[in-house]
Amino acid sequence: MSATELVVDGVTLTAGAHRLVADVSLTARPGEVIGLVGPNGSGKSSLLRAVYRVLRPATGHVRVDGADAWSLPVRRLARTVAAVVQESGADFDLSVREVVAMGRTPHKRLLDGDTAEDAELVGRALDAVDATDLAHRPFDRLSGGERQRVLIARALAQQPSLLVLDEPTNHLDIRHQLDVLGTLRKLPATVVVALHDLNLAAYYCDRLYVLRDGRVTASGPPVEVLTPRLLSEVYGVTSEVTVHPRTGAPQVTFLPGEPHATGPAEAPARPAVGSPPLARG
Amino acid sequence: MTAPVTGAAPGRAARPAGHEDRRAGPAALTVTLAILAVLLVVSATAGLAIGSVQVPPGQVWGIVTHALGADWAEPDWSRARETIVLDVRAPRVLLGAVAGAGLAVVGTALQALIRNPLAEPYLLGVSSGASLGAVAVIVFGVTLFGPVSLSAAAFAGALGALLLVYATARTGGRITSARLVLSGVAVAAVLTAVLDLLLLTTDRGNEARAVLAWTLGGLGGVDWGTLWLPGAALILGIAVLLAQARNLNLLLAGEEAATTMGLDVPRFRARMFVLLSLVTGVLVAACGPIGFVGLMLPHVVRLAVGGDHRRVLPTAALGGAVFLIWADIAARVVAAPMEIPVGVLTALCGGPFFLWLMRRDARRTTDRGGA
Repeated sequence: MSATELVVDGVTLTAGAHRLVADVSLTARPGEVIGLVGPNGSGKSSLLRAVYRVLRPATGHVRVDGADAWSLPVRRLARTVAAVVQESGADFDLSVREVVAMGRTPHKRLLDGDTAEDAELVGRALDAVDATDLAHRPFDRLSGGERQRVLIARALAQQPSLLVLDEPTNHLDIRHQLDVLGTLRKLPATVVVALHDLNLAAYYCDRLYVLRDGRVTASGPPVEVLTPRLLSEVYGVTSEVTVHPRTGAPQVTFLPGEPHATGPAEAPARPAVGSPPLARG
Repeated sequence: MTAPVTGAAPGRAARPAGHEDRRAGPAALTVTLAILAVLLVVSATAGLAIGSVQVPPGQVWGIVTHALGADWAEPDWSRARETIVLDVRAPRVLLGAVAGAGLAVVGTALQALIRNPLAEPYLLGVSSGASLGAVAVIVFGVTLFGPVSLSAAAFAGALGALLLVYATARTGGRITSARLVLSGVAVAAVLTAVLDLLLLTTDRGNEARAVLAWTLGGLGGVDWGTLWLPGAALILGIAVLLAQARNLNLLLAGEEAATTMGLDVPRFRARMFVLLSLVTGVLVAACGPIGFVGLMLPHVVRLAVGGDHRRVLPTAALGGAVFLIWADIAARVVAAPMEIPVGVLTALCGGPFFLWLMRRDARRTTDRGGA
């Protein structure tokens, strides 16, 4: 497993006459963890779908290590890029282990059997998401959170050098949210992840892209991006952002009672700039 | 729903646990397949023995081995019995096995490709399309491809019906069970109406009556000369599907997920549709539309061996063969001396099964929605 560079270059995505994403550019350097944040319907999922080759860009390019993702054979791309998508399979009786083993498929030729190495990789992937105990359970009997972890394990078993995840912490309890994001952090791969929780995004991501109405409104390290003013503009909420003394990451506190201020009246950003670099494991 | 089991299990560490799967062991599959193979031999023997003239199983084996060139038994049987076993019943039993196996694997694959547990060639109107193609050839007397033209037309009809149902049932990239079944019913109704119209207006009265009996689905009237085509179609179908078993598995994860794991879904589905229509078309041309085998067998088999297509396909093939041989025996025996079309019997078992499956499907969906 190595890391791959992802370049999204001026991508516009449409669904019929509706524009989902307009002229978005994004770069994920090898090994970086990039967070996509933004309100519902801001285009996060659509953008990710263009990367994992489900939604073809109307204009622009998606480049994976310099190669156009949309001109590579699907199987070739799948050996580099894995994804955790927001779609649940039909109800067919597969065990958890069988679901995770699916991740090995792009590395298999016609009629290849499962090797000891595959079993080892599947076992490690299950262990990484704390799902070893679930291995022999039927997948369709799992809870939402358990399913989510298993799907992440499947993506890990694919041994991607670029991992794309759409809201991977949905349905997870807080401990598993931290575990999963911690696991992604430790991967040698490049990671692009859409997240709802801004504090998790601030702590675990190297850089954030903020999407609103299908456009990138801000990008950069979390301390630079997450300001009360931006949150007010993008989400329409009042908030306070501090740098947490222990984690060193920006910490967003929402202030639901107070009317939100937009425009230049807001004080300059809190002491974000110059905060200590994040300590991460 | 259930809390994850923690601690307890001794093998909790990263040790790969592949060999302790409750139902996944290769040994367990081998045992299942071996049992089914024995059952198949027993069923075939019964199929050769039972009928208006009862032939003892020992004599059946004597006749069969004698015909194959091995002289185990003293030929103490009459010429007539030999004819009954070898020329009347043997092709019929073989066609039953081939059709049962073929319909079961087609149903299995179709359920994965359309991602719907109710998918089945008969319910989707695919069999009706095949029937219409075949009947058109008979009524208009077209023999463009010689003796194969019946199967070729049935194939074309099957493919056309499948594409039509698929296109009408699919909205926004999804196919709900309700839409699928409704499209299937509608397409089947229209195609059957056209077929009836063809039969009523044709001036070949005798043929029309024969065709009408054939549209109920039956294994009678087959002879050695026409058996090779369904056999070849079955072997081709099973070989290709087994080779593609991993890709069929990927579709269980959903179309987007399958794409991220390296499957070119539209292209794969198109190719598989052609293959499945070919097998269905050839089978329908040989024995008429026989419903519900492709619905029941895959689900029963999945309960036994799990959902991995590398296990489901061979098991369903053998199970389907056994099932249809027995269904045909029943069709010959229950109302003897009259013979019931085997399709009537499979519908008799399949209808209730379909209702059960629909209710289970609905229950699962509500369970999931509430989770």
